[in-house]
Amino acid sequence: MATKTEDYLGITDYKVIGTRPIRHDGVDKVVGRAKYGADIDMAGMLHGAVARSPHAHARIKSLDTRKAEALPGVKAVIAVADLPLQEDKIEELGEGAANLQHLRANVLADGKVLYHGHAIAAVAATDVHTAQEAVDLIEIEYEVLQPVLTVREAMQADAPLLLEDLTTQSLGEDSEKKSNVCTHFRHELGDIEKGFAEADLVIEREFFTATVHQGYIEPQNATALWGADGQITVWCSTQGAFDVRAQTAQILEVPVSQVKVVPMEIGGGFGGKIRIYLEPLAAILSKKTGRPVKMVMSRTEVLQATGPTAGSVIRCKMGVDKAGNLIAAQADMRYESGSFPGSWAAPGAMCIFAPYNIPHVLIDGYEVLVNKPWTMAYRAPGATNAAFASETLIDELCEQLGVDPLAFRLKNSAKEGTRRADGPVYPRIGHEQCVETARDSEHYATQFNGKNRGRGVASGFWFNVGLKSSAAASVNPDGTVSLVEGSTDIGGTRTSIAMQLAEVLGIGAEEVKPQVVDTDSVGETDVTGGSRTTFATGWAAYQCALDIKAQMIERAAKLWEIAVDDVVFEDGYFSSSDASKTISFKELAGRLDETGGPLMGRATVNPPGVGGAFAVMIADVEVDTDTGKVEILRVSMIQDAGKAIHPSYVEGQMQGGTAQGIGWALNEEYAYNADGLLTNASLLDYRMPTCLDLPMIETHIVEVPNPGHPYGVRGVGEVPIVPPVAAVANAIYDAIGVRLTILPMSPGEILKALWTKNGTT
Amino acid sequence: MPGKVHVTTTINGESVEFLCEPRQTILEVLRDQLDLTGTKEGCSNGNCGACSILVNGGVIDACLMMAVEAEGEELTTIEGVASAEGLHPLQQKFLEHAALQCGICTPGFIVAAKALLDNEPTPSEERIRLYLAGNLCRCTGYDKIVRAVQDAASAMAE
Ligand code: FES
Ligand code: FES
Repeated sequence: MATKTEDYLGITDYKVIGTRPIRHDGVDKVVGRAKYGADIDMAGMLHGAVARSPHAHARIKSLDTRKAEALPGVKAVIAVADLPLQEDKIEELGEGAANLQHLRANVLADGKVLYHGHAIAAVAATDVHTAQEAVDLIEIEYEVLQPVLTVREAMQADAPLLLEDLTTQSLGEDSEKKSNVCTHFRHELGDIEKGFAEADLVIEREFFTATVHQGYIEPQNATALWGADGQITVWCSTQGAFDVRAQTAQILEVPVSQVKVVPMEIGGGFGGKIRIYLEPLAAILSKKTGRPVKMVMSRTEVLQATGPTAGSVIRCKMGVDKAGNLIAAQADMRYESGSFPGSWAAPGAMCIFAPYNIPHVLIDGYEVLVNKPWTMAYRAPGATNAAFASETLIDELCEQLGVDPLAFRLKNSAKEGTRRADGPVYPRIGHEQCVETARDSEHYATQFNGKNRGRGVASGFWFNVGLKSSAAASVNPDGTVSLVEGSTDIGGTRTSIAMQLAEVLGIGAEEVKPQVVDTDSVGETDVTGGSRTTFATGWAAYQCALDIKAQMIERAAKLWEIAVDDVVFEDGYFSSSDASKTISFKELAGRLDETGGPLMGRATVNPPGVGGAFAVMIADVEVDTDTGKVEILRVSMIQDAGKAIHPSYVEGQMQGGTAQGIGWALNEEYAYNADGLLTNASLLDYRMPTCLDLPMIETHIVEVPNPGHPYGVRGVGEVPIVPPVAAVANAIYDAIGVRLTILPMSPGEILKALWTKNGTT
Repeated sequence: MPGKVHVTTTINGESVEFLCEPRQTILEVLRDQLDLTGTKEGCSNGNCGACSILVNGGVIDACLMMAVEAEGEELTTIEGVASAEGLHPLQQKFLEHAALQCGICTPGFIVAAKALLDNEPTPSEERIRLYLAGNLCRCTGYDKIVRAVQDAASAMAE
């Protein structure tokens, strides 16, 4: 049962939680009625388009918009001078932070372009074709500079500098040294030299991972109206309406109260729809024209100019003793941040050795500027790159020790009380249970043999986040509850949030009517990201339900003219010590008018008790040694959800993460030529998995309650993308005996590795 | 710019007339002129299937069809899949199987799957995967989509 140190209630007989109701927004989404950002239409609406850099690195010598402005139908053209100047200030953005000067210079290039596709100017016209024609008429002269495309080039002493004023923040201090290295940080545990000296077997390798994109199917969009009263309304598809409000207000230099963001339905985000791109452009174009302006990116623009996630170079070294105990682990993690600071080495470093109890650890992290788009979060950002390195080395250690890789993981698993190298000591966690579930699964028990066939396993960790959420709810006379909240619903969270409210009030999930509302209509709520929505906004809904319950108890007391503490609420009924006095939630809801009028509950939370999540994957593959193609034949994802509120949508997250991880492992990469131009900015050439590339994805939900949530919820959205890359790499090794250290493990890389092994280059 | 072209076509069983520029795709006309925004745009070059519609019963990417080509044809969009009696079995099964997360790919999948089941009432899993390989979903890993189509096929066979 609950102890003082826990928020977990220890409930075992849930009525609503753990069931699989149909999602509230489902019908609208299967009949095509749900309105996504690009579906907006308004009277007098103009269409915008953006002029973008054809170079990876160049100085803008001149910009002439006169011909574009003269084109019939063009109503306004803007460039960076139309954006207010920004001070050197950091803004928190839910998952990550950004310097406002950088945010401004990314929205529209300021004197210099830093990547292929960098926005330079924007146009509003009566239709989208005219806007695009006008973009082509904008004349821009460049002084082309040498592009810097890899971490290695960028870190060289004589490398061209992307941001001429940038100095390296090294171990928490400003080094005052001008460089492309934004940050160098370090985590230390124990004594790394001593650790490796004590180890009987040490393996070290270097790993390369390509830049990859979140690949959401809906392109970025924004529609803005700058009213004559100065009020700015922005309609867009975003993971965080309040984050868009904060960024847009900062960039436009207006108070937040002057901006209202209306979150439309969103067609996927995965971390990529948090930063603003089009919003301030649409707003300024609207101000200039007095009309609403809609902007939608093309797929090419999405791939060229939104934030993909970091490519990286990770040197990793791990040591074990003869008995199979992990003794020491070291990593040097160099992540590309793209064109501006703020990369994902830091979260990667929190995750790289996180599933294990290792006494001696040293991690050095670097975030490095390169002439690629400014990176953004992508589902457990940084952790997949990291796990590719550490989980591949563990596989190699197990092979050399001759031990089963799951037995090794179990023996060395982190558990409650284990300290992670970056500081935190774990509360109750579920890595051991995930490994045991994998070990005991029918999948793992089934032999998988045959020529060029192999099995791999890997673990993964993501820490999840808490942050702010708000909810308000009103009780309707028919006993239903209308719930308003601020978390964009990307995968069924209206329902998983509503279910947590329903559980308290003893009503059905379908008796709650959840709505995601705009920034003027609910309390501040942070992004749908960090796997936080069901955890934190769910908590706000729970708290909101407690508020309603307390008020309803007062109403029952009033109705019966008895003391408030003589009323109890259980299983949907209010009752008192007088057995004749009992009334259902629904009946009492019908009598609110006679007991004091309408009734609303509200809550805001910022829960500290975030529960980290672990996952384990088993992958069976077959490699075609003639073509280098890897076929995924069977996969299982095992994950600790803490408590699965709506198991179908938990499975959905696990399956989606697995699929993205497999794409990352085998196909996906940003292909740049020597000039730094992106050569595969389409969904034909940026190859994401189709349903023909994948088998059914088996899921095992493990439930080790998070002590920091009333229902034990951990976040579930991100961690399933962490193990797949390494699991597939380990399976490929098992199949054909080559260790791949480069992502993606494309047919070309596989053949190269095979030829090297067989000496037939 | 040449003048606008008059097109007469049938959409979801109703006769429709519109004026369009020769450079406009049927996707653009459906979404921007006819307010049929259930058909989605993910790439505009035939690689994602979010814009799937039926033309004379066969599935095509609306972003690859010029609006003028709709003359005299019979089009079905996601808005024409449900009827006054209720949801199509595919729509019902997508809901029951939680086969959508963000939902942006859902109209395209339902329209494409309808074309499959209209012609092949009992497709194998392999056949479903092949037929739907032109539709990208980034959220679900396809597992629940394939199961929803299988279950809809069974429901329709009853
Ligand atoms: S929008 Fe037509 S296939 Fe992608
Ligand atoms: S449900 Fe989001 S793309 Fe398919």
